[in-house]
Amino acid sequence: MTALPWTRGHSTRRHHRAAIGFLAPFLVAFALFYVLPIGYAVYQSFLKIEREGTFGRAHDVWGGLSQYAEVVHDSDFWDSLVNVGQFFLVSVPLQLVLALVFALLLDSPVLRAHRFFRLALFAPYAVPGVIAALMWGFLYSPGTTPIPGIADRFDLLGPDLVMVAIASVVNWVYTGYNMLIIYSALTAIPAEVIEAATVDGAGQVRIAWSIKIPHVTPALVLTGVFSIIGTLQLFNEPQIFRTISSAVSSTYTPNMVVYATSSIPNYHLAAAYSVVLALITCALSFVFLKATQRRAFQ
Amino acid sequence: MSTLQRTRLRDRPIPVIATTLFMVVCTAYFLLPLWWMVVASSTTRGGLTDTSLWFHGQFELWTNIRNVVTYQDHVYVRWVVNSAFYATVGALVGTLFASMAGYALAKYVFPGREAVFNVILAGVLVPATALALPLFLMFSKVDLTDSVWSILLPSIVSPFGVYLSRIYAAAAVPDELLEAARMDGAGEFRAFFTISLRLMGPALVTIFLFQFVTIWNNYLLPLVMLQNTKLYPVTLGLATWNSQKAIAGNLQLYVVVGALLSIIPLMIAFLALQRFWQSGLSEGGVKS
Repeated sequence: MTALPWTRGHSTRRHHRAAIGFLAPFLVAFALFYVLPIGYAVYQSFLKIEREGTFGRAHDVWGGLSQYAEVVHDSDFWDSLVNVGQFFLVSVPLQLVLALVFALLLDSPVLRAHRFFRLALFAPYAVPGVIAALMWGFLYSPGTTPIPGIADRFDLLGPDLVMVAIASVVNWVYTGYNMLIIYSALTAIPAEVIEAATVDGAGQVRIAWSIKIPHVTPALVLTGVFSIIGTLQLFNEPQIFRTISSAVSSTYTPNMVVYATSSIPNYHLAAAYSVVLALITCALSFVFLKATQRRAFQ
Repeated sequence: MSTLQRTRLRDRPIPVIATTLFMVVCTAYFLLPLWWMVVASSTTRGGLTDTSLWFHGQFELWTNIRNVVTYQDHVYVRWVVNSAFYATVGALVGTLFASMAGYALAKYVFPGREAVFNVILAGVLVPATALALPLFLMFSKVDLTDSVWSILLPSIVSPFGVYLSRIYAAAAVPDELLEAARMDGAGEFRAFFTISLRLMGPALVTIFLFQFVTIWNNYLLPLVMLQNTKLYPVTLGLATWNSQKAIAGNLQLYVVVGALLSIIPLMIAFLALQRFWQSGLSEGGVKS
């Protein structure tokens, strides 16, 4: 079909108008509540407070990079980054390996009662992190734990084990979610491919290793990125654990540093922390995506 | 599963038993805390200190629920209603906005399309908690902190929803169908609301559910924004009770009972809608 030039132009214009109409509501909200706050945080981070005399009125003046100089020299902030780095190692590899194993088992003919296991493993995702932390707190505390002797033998809320304890809460919530993303990718593998491998005499382990895992690599990358972002953002669970464990300081994670700093209140410094944290998060996600891209999107 | 695979497995029962056992043990880890909540919620106040994994003493679940609901002038009910309100309205509006944007990015060619999409995708990488503090500062400029709006407005943005609906619309809404609708004289918006939106159903349910959970789970934003306890969502409310448990003896038990009550609606929603969100999720997972 050949449209007359003017009709084609007309319909293109009509399409552009429609596209703008469809995009506008989201983009306005996105600009106001995503882009603008980021810009505002950057702006705030370049200000500092100056007082007229010791007890004089405080007002904001341009501070250049002075807040960032403070961020660089603040050991609390860097310690908190080391903390979430360790936390990442304690929680994420185990979580993703378990999620992958669960997904593979659910997808294999070896296991029965798929539906039950799938829902049971996913159920904790419906529990908010705050509430999961409250609940696990009871399970860990010597006074309320239902497992006799465990609190006597292990000091789960002490400085040595509290990170493992919090990681266990986070893994409890998110393993099923990651399993489901991987499982969804597994179900998309054409049945003939698996069938052919079976006819060729490949066992279940062999099929999982050579066909299924390579096929779900994009899903694994996705869960990896979400885990990086999630770990750097960690706030709810350790904030709740502060009420039951003295081993969790008010500056345990970067976001807790931001929160503690803004409650002083020192908004300019807190904004600088937020900006640095967001940059680190984006950088790490980007590096991770780049590093895995060739494997994931071949 | 093929008969060939089944025959093979029947000859080798050990892997079947071993994997099933492994899954049973792991599943216990995931379900026991939930079970413990039910047991602990059924004890008396003193019972919490010697809970086990089975019911003992008097079965007090209904009394406990009544006490939690009526405590402090029914404040718990308010919190649950608030959470439901924030999550439902935020997720509905958010899903509509995201699906319209994703649809436009999938079905229309216009200059700057990929640039717009990439900016939105970058939004997925921005940690939501990094936004909480600047949002608080912005909202305090316009005097909107400690209001319903301070929670509702930021939660209607779902960059992940745009991403998912773009992928889904590209696959599920045929161009020929839209052409036919245009031939029949339907406007672009009518075609979207009467045809496309329906075809995007599973993606919409997925976006709605995950945005709902995100808002329902939110803690930092309300913690930063809200002073008035009557506006609290249930997460912040229970955390507040938890921090006061040293002062009021019953609160420890109320936290457990309140936590149990609060997760039931979400569990039901997930179970009831699982057919939809699973197909929506697989689209996003496969093509990502």
